[in-house]
Amino acid sequence: MSVKQLSVFLENKEGKLKKAVNAMSQAGVNIRALSIADSSKYGILRLIVSDNETAIKALKEEKFTVKETDVIVVGVKDEPNGLNTMLEILEKKSINVEYLYAFVSSKTEEAIVVVKIENYEDGVKALEDANANLLSKEDLAEL
Amino acid sequence: MIWNENAECMGREEKEEMQLALFQQQVKRVYENVPFYKKKFDDAGFHPDDLKTLEDVNKIPFTTKDDLRQAYPFGLFAVSEDDIVEIHSTSGTTGTPVVSGYTQKDIDIWGECTARAIAMADGGKHSKIHNSYGYGLFTGGFGIDHGAKAMGATVIPMSSGNTARQLKIMEDFQSDILTCTPSYAMYLAESLEKEGFGPDEISLHAGIFGAEMWTEEMRQSLESKLGITAHNIYGLTEIIGPGVATECKEQCGLHIQEDHFFAEIIDPKTLENLEDGETGELVLTTLTREGMPVIRFRTKDVTALRREKCDCGRTTVRMDRITGRTDDMLKIKGVMVYPSQIEAAILQIEGLTANYQIHVSRPKTLDEIEVKVETSPEVFSDEMKKIEEFERRIARKIQSAIGISVDVTLVEPESLPRSEGKAIRVIDERNFD
Repeated sequence: MSVKQLSVFLENKEGKLKKAVNAMSQAGVNIRALSIADSSKYGILRLIVSDNETAIKALKEEKFTVKETDVIVVGVKDEPNGLNTMLEILEKKSINVEYLYAFVSSKTEEAIVVVKIENYEDGVKALEDANANLLSKEDLAEL
Repeated sequence: MIWNENAECMGREEKEEMQLALFQQQVKRVYENVPFYKKKFDDAGFHPDDLKTLEDVNKIPFTTKDDLRQAYPFGLFAVSEDDIVEIHSTSGTTGTPVVSGYTQKDIDIWGECTARAIAMADGGKHSKIHNSYGYGLFTGGFGIDHGAKAMGATVIPMSSGNTARQLKIMEDFQSDILTCTPSYAMYLAESLEKEGFGPDEISLHAGIFGAEMWTEEMRQSLESKLGITAHNIYGLTEIIGPGVATECKEQCGLHIQEDHFFAEIIDPKTLENLEDGETGELVLTTLTREGMPVIRFRTKDVTALRREKCDCGRTTVRMDRITGRTDDMLKIKGVMVYPSQIEAAILQIEGLTANYQIHVSRPKTLDEIEVKVETSPEVFSDEMKKIEEFERRIARKIQSAIGISVDVTLVEPESLPRSEGKAIRVIDERNFD
C-alpha cells in the first residue's frame, strides 16, 4: 500500500532544480508528480517517481541530500467537493495534514492526491475505514 | 586522593601571600641573572621593587613565544649550564623551537605536579601507569614519568606507536592508568574494540589525556569505550610540561598548581586583565622554577579561570578546558569568539559533521554572523518547519556556547571545503577601512 515520496534538499541557487531534474532524466527516471516547498534560503523538492532506487542513486551521485518519506496517495473524484470529502474524513479523526499536492492523469477519471500526515498509520486507517480509494505503488505505475 | 593537601587545599589569603613572596623573588632573580629580562623590564620601566602586591603583576611586561625563540637555545637560563640536568624542546613545527632547561629542583617540582595529577586520577604507589606519551625532547613522556616515580608508582614507559604491543602489554601487565594524547587514546580504544576487547577485559580505571585540544564528547566516548574516568591535563614546554593543571574527578575544570604557577587571563587585543569567569588568553608565570623561569608568558591558549570551591576539597583555581587559540580569535559585536567553540557546539548535535563555515559580515553598522552547516540524510526532513526548527536548535546551541546570536543555514553536502588541507572555516567580510 505504501508509497514513498522522494524529498530533495535544494539550495536557493541558480540551476539547482535543473541539475536535480537532469540527473533523474539521464537515469531514465520518470517524474509522476512533484511539488516544491521553499523558503528564502532553500527549497524542498518533493517527488513521486517511477523508480525510487535509480533516482536516489542518480541524485546522490550529484551530491544531493535525498530522503524517502511515506505518503498516502488517494484517488478523489475530479469534481467539486472531491478533495473536500477526503479532508473531512481526516478532520473528523483530528488528523493534521502536513502538506499535499495533486495531479490528474488521462488514464483515470479521478484526481490523484498525495498527502503527508504526521502519523502515517493513523491516516491510512482513517481513510481505509471511510472506504477512500488508496493507491499503491503498482496502481501508480498503471497511470 | 589529594597528593599534597597543604599545597592543594591552602586558604586563599595564605596562598596569595606565598605567591607574592615567590613572585618577588622570581622577578628579582631573573632581573639579576637573565640579561633578556633585565632589558625587558628596563625598557618597560619596571623594577622588581615595584612588585608590592599581586595587583602590581600587571606592571610586568609579557613574555611571548617569539621572545623564547630568539633566546634559542639557552639564552633564558637563569643558572649555569652545569646546573641543568635535563633539557626538553618543542618540535619547532611553527618556527624556531623553544628549549626548556631544568635543574634537579625543577625536575622535582615537575614530578610533584604530575604526581598530583596522577593522584587526581586515583593513582598511587599501587598504580601501574601505562605511559604512552612520547619519550624524548617532547615533555609528555618524561613529565608523567617523573610524577609516577615521585609517588612510587610503577611506570611502564611505552612511548607511542606499535599498537599491537601496547594492547598486549596493557592486557598482560594489567595497566591501570593510561597516559597519552586523547587522539592516541581514541586510536587505542578503537583498536581494542576491533580486537574484540570490551572495557571489562582490560584493567584501566583512569586516563590522563592532554597535549592537544579535545572535546567533552570525546571524553564521554573514551570513558565508555575504555571503562575509565578521563582526566584532562594541561601544560606546555615553555612553562614546564604537563602537570601545570589537571582535572580532578569532579571534572569541572583543571586545577592549576598555584604554589608553582601564577595564572592570569587577559584580553588578547587590549592586553588588560580579565575577571574570573571571563574568557581570554591564559598568561602563566613560573613561581619556583630555577633553570628557566618564565615571567607572564602569553600562552595563546583560550580559557577562563574559576575560583569557586571545588567539591573535591582542593582550593586551587581552576581553568576551563582550552577552547581555542588566540590566533583564531574573531571579535564579533565586541565579543571574543573562537571557531573551535562553534565547532564543539555543532558536534554536540547528532547527524552533523565538522563541515561548517562561519561568515561574519557588517551589512550596516552591526556585525552579523551566519554559520553554514552541511545537511545529511539524518538531519534533512521533507517538512520545511522541521528543517527550520533544526536550524534554530543549532543556532541556540551555538549561541549558548559563544554568547551572541547567530543565523544558521543548512547547505548541500560536500559544498563546503573539507577539513583536510587548509579548510576555510571563517570568511570575514567586514571592511574595517
